[in-house]
Amino acid sequence: MTSSVPEMNASSERRKDIALRIAVPLVMVVGLVLIWHFGVVMSGVPPYILPSPGAVLSALIGDWSLLFPALVVTTKITLMSLALALIGGAGFAIFLVQSRWIEIAFYPIAVILQVTPIVAISPLILIYAPTTQVALLICAFLVAFFPILSNMVQGLKSVDHNLLNLFDLYGASRWQTLIYLKIPAAQPYFMTGLRIGGGLALIAAVVAEFAAGSAGASSGLAFRLLESQFRMNIPRLFAALLMLSALGVTIFAATSFISWLALHRWHESNLKREN
Amino acid sequence: MNAQAADKTVATMAQTRPLVAMDHVSKIFSNGTLALQDMSLTVRGGEFLSLLGPSGCGKSTALRIIAGLGGVSSGSIDWPSSRINSKGLPEGDISFVFQEPTLMPWQTVFGNVFLPLRLRGVSKKAAEEPIMEALTAVGLGDFAKAYPRELSGGMKMRVSIARAMVTKPRLLLMDEPFAALDEITRQKLNDDVLNLWRRTGITVIFVTHSVFESAYLSNRIVVMKARPGRVHADFPLVTASERDALYRSSEDYRQACEKVSAMLLEAMGDAPEGH
Ligand SMILES: Nc1ncnc2c1ncn2[C@@H]1O[C@H](COP(=O)(O)OP(=O)(O)OP(=O)(O)O)[C@@H](O)[C@H]1O
Ligand SMILES: [Mg+2]
Repeated sequence: MTSSVPEMNASSERRKDIALRIAVPLVMVVGLVLIWHFGVVMSGVPPYILPSPGAVLSALIGDWSLLFPALVVTTKITLMSLALALIGGAGFAIFLVQSRWIEIAFYPIAVILQVTPIVAISPLILIYAPTTQVALLICAFLVAFFPILSNMVQGLKSVDHNLLNLFDLYGASRWQTLIYLKIPAAQPYFMTGLRIGGGLALIAAVVAEFAAGSAGASSGLAFRLLESQFRMNIPRLFAALLMLSALGVTIFAATSFISWLALHRWHESNLKREN
Repeated sequence: MNAQAADKTVATMAQTRPLVAMDHVSKIFSNGTLALQDMSLTVRGGEFLSLLGPSGCGKSTALRIIAGLGGVSSGSIDWPSSRINSKGLPEGDISFVFQEPTLMPWQTVFGNVFLPLRLRGVSKKAAEEPIMEALTAVGLGDFAKAYPRELSGGMKMRVSIARAMVTKPRLLLMDEPFAALDEITRQKLNDDVLNLWRRTGITVIFVTHSVFESAYLSNRIVVMKARPGRVHADFPLVTASERDALYRSSEDYRQACEKVSAMLLEAMGDAPEGH
């Protein structure tokens, strides 16, 4: 009986906490939009310099048939490159840690590719790739690949030595050690790579499309941004921008959720401190 | 078990065959530390042997060498009465309990205890019975589904013991398993290990810093000397009374503690040997 009272308090406290966590940022965003709106109205800035939130919204609705396909293209490139980077990064990391010599041989090449700014390589990729879409895919892949690779390598190598000893003691094969010990232990690092890689894939997809410049029917949001700029259609530019950040937020939320799903039952980063 | 039976156990043990023998083993680490020098030790089946000595004298090193973790610099480890596998270890006969619980945080208690069997290719279904048996033996039958983070330090240690026992090994190596625990938990786990030892006829090598623990548990005590590590004293500890709560307050126990204490002091001081 007596114990149920503090428990109820704790759960209602938590609900209040969650409500506040949602309400506070929401109020913040609404407040900023209002300031933006009244700022534009009162200062009389022309819409081709700074459109009001209303103008952006009507551009979003009015140009939906133009912007939405572009969003689909950008989303596709981002997700495909992220998927390839996940498979490639994790797979290559597993390959790298198999032997010290493999690592010595390959890691420097990986680092050189990583530290070279991707925008600088993109003209080359644009020349060699069969289509612009493939070129964008390669650029975004390259950028997302390395954080996943380096995180995964670190994860595979930071296994508790005593656990490794234990596996040796029980005569575990290389394969068993990989499946039952190294890969699960590397999971938190992989998830960090996923979250970073997801954000970078989108950035790279946009930057590469800026570099590509030209576009046909299958152009993405970055091209629509440039195009709106040339045509001085600033409301549409804002609308495209809004879509990009919505895409970014969605990717962030999705990767965070996947990471939570995989780790919440055991890993420190996802545990509430209860001491 | 009464006093007579205890005597009988000791008597049969003296006759059992050697299980493992360290034969003039030396160990030099890559940094030049001479951790063990010319150490010889024969452990017979069914013994409960405590290994004592000052910090850094090579107890852990000796234990790990017996387990085949990190080879010897000279000398050899012999298993006179076991079939040896390709790694020079008796097939599935050894278990190790480290100073830390060394559990896989991503696995439940059940999954952790399952590990040694899983590595041998035992199916989950076939493993269920021995796992639950091992967990029940350490009083954790109800915690099979819990994750390590949900357990106290003592409970984690008991999971580690259950994992070591689940393969029904002939030799159990324990490296200061209870050093981090409070006195009450420690005494409880001492009794658990003692019960396991009595029930199963297993051989135990138990590294400890505690004179009291060694005098309570073991029927043979080996005291080591440091720099370089070697055996200083090796004597049986035969007591008439059974090892239980009553024994803790008996004259027998007090004398045993005194003897072990004296030997340890001798090993720690630079008094000449045989003094
Ligand atoms: N990996 C290593 N590399 C180099 N030297 C080591 C290594 N492990 C242990 N040593 C050295 O070997 C000696 C014996 O170490 P060991 O861990 O076996 O001691 P111990 O008796 O278990 O001590 P403690 O009671 O403190 O655990 C020490 O002098 C230590 O410095
Ligand atoms: Mg030690």
